[in-house]
Amino acid sequence: MPEALALSAPRRATAVLGEASAAWFLVAPAGIALFLLLLGPSAALLALSFSDWELGAPTLAWIGFENYAELATDPVFRAALSNTLVYVRVVMPASIGLGLGVALLIESGTRLRAFFRAVYFLPVVSLLVAMATAWQYLLHPTIGPVNKLLAMVGIAPVNWLGSSDWVMVSLCMIGVWENLGFVVVLFLAGLTAIPADLYAAAETDGARSGLDRFRLVTWPLLGPTTLFVVTITAIRCLRVFDTVAALTRGGPNNASEVLLHMMYREGFSYFRIGYSAAITVVFLVIVLALMLVQTRLLDRQVHYG
Amino acid sequence: MRTARTLVEDTPRLALLSLGACIMLAPYVWMFFASLKPGSEVFRDSLTLWPETFYAVENYTKALTAVPLARFLLNGVLVCSLILVFQIAFAVPAAYALAKLRWRGREWAFGLVMLGLLIPYHVPALPLYVGAARLGLLDSFTALVVPFSISVFGIFLFRQAFRALPDELMQAARIDGMGEFSIVWRVVMPNAWPAATAFATFSIVAHWNDLFWPLIIVQSPQMATPALGVLFFRAEEAGNDVGALMAAAVLVTAPMIALFLLAQRHFIRGIATAGLKG
Repeated sequence: MPEALALSAPRRATAVLGEASAAWFLVAPAGIALFLLLLGPSAALLALSFSDWELGAPTLAWIGFENYAELATDPVFRAALSNTLVYVRVVMPASIGLGLGVALLIESGTRLRAFFRAVYFLPVVSLLVAMATAWQYLLHPTIGPVNKLLAMVGIAPVNWLGSSDWVMVSLCMIGVWENLGFVVVLFLAGLTAIPADLYAAAETDGARSGLDRFRLVTWPLLGPTTLFVVTITAIRCLRVFDTVAALTRGGPNNASEVLLHMMYREGFSYFRIGYSAAITVVFLVIVLALMLVQTRLLDRQVHYG
Repeated sequence: MRTARTLVEDTPRLALLSLGACIMLAPYVWMFFASLKPGSEVFRDSLTLWPETFYAVENYTKALTAVPLARFLLNGVLVCSLILVFQIAFAVPAAYALAKLRWRGREWAFGLVMLGLLIPYHVPALPLYVGAARLGLLDSFTALVVPFSISVFGIFLFRQAFRALPDELMQAARIDGMGEFSIVWRVVMPNAWPAATAFATFSIVAHWNDLFWPLIIVQSPQMATPALGVLFFRAEEAGNDVGALMAAAVLVTAPMIALFLLAQRHFIRGIATAGLKG
């Protein structure tokens, strides 16, 4: 396009200033909002975590790391942290394992693809609080269909959400149900991106069985997708809140307390802003650490891959 | 690999997928059929799906009258639309400036956007709550909408989409005498429709389903969104009535599921792209 170039070259010099001021004009609203609503408050949160402020208190004192020291000895926080990590360690691998299986099954045939994709994806778009209520009915100790089904095969009823032994198991099951479709969709996108002739090539090279093709082609090429799915799912799991708030409120006896729910309780029920801020900072640090690990691993893949 | 199979060969695949599908759909099925039964029947036998006594009218009436459920749904629609409008109004011009204009500070500004992407929205919640309380804005639409009016993910997504547009498009518009502001809305935006629909579905799903922030900021049932409405309903007398409770759950879940079934592709792409944000 020689004409366009000829026109734009002399324009450039005079336009640069205009372009810059237009740019500032266009970014300014978003920039101001970004500072007021996200970056500023986040910095304030960090600062508050070093204070003893309680909502309604006229003054606050800077107490250094005292909130964090209290967290280290608080049994409720230990329960919350360990429950959250258990939730991540169970729900993440289970959703990814099952999700990969479902994605491979959907992709390996042509029948009913769209139907199954929609069915598995449905929980992702459903109102989780409402569905948690439905689960509560399903898992109800006396009238719930799950226990009635178990009774038919002679298994004694389980108090799914009410006993401290089972409550995390139940929340994890609901978590897998909730996250599975998300994982399936991401893997389906990764699978469609694998060129079909690679499978043909593997087959001529002697990869006869489906398992061989999976080992030699699908799995290595799915590597970056998998890493991405792992991080995203782990972060989604770390943010577990809705099911806890709707079904157990951390109970019984803190057996299902998790980080965000404890942060919510300390901050918005007990109004211990400083303490709640410290919990939020711990949550943020875990999220950032996960992202850092992902970036490191991605870099390594670029270097050696 | 992908040669067409006969139905017989395909049976194991279909059987496994169907088994999983039954588990995925179980809560929807029981929720729906329980909403058609009287409470006594739910208590007696919850394994039978079909109701002996058809009690749907009573259950749904109770769901709609025990708490202002229609109001919750309306609030949800209003809050989601307002959030989306603000997010697009803020993010699109900024994304255009970051993608297509040359200015000092651009890299720096993009760095701030990337920084914002790292922060989950739960982090600024506490200071925002304190701010809203100071300004007397608790329990208001402003408090429900404003904190989400800036979406760094939106800026990021639109920037990627705008970068793929040819520069000639804007050059031509400039020669026609258009200013940058009208270029954004009349030239760039209409050419980035896939990104816009993906972002819209992501945003609507996220905020329709959000419980955390409404739980913090809303006190009166008049301001509740659907997610919070479910909790209000359970706290009421009617919350002990399983049939009515399930009817309420059906009513708040249905709009998003209907939207999803109508625009599946957009939804799935929107959420998959949004995976970027986590």
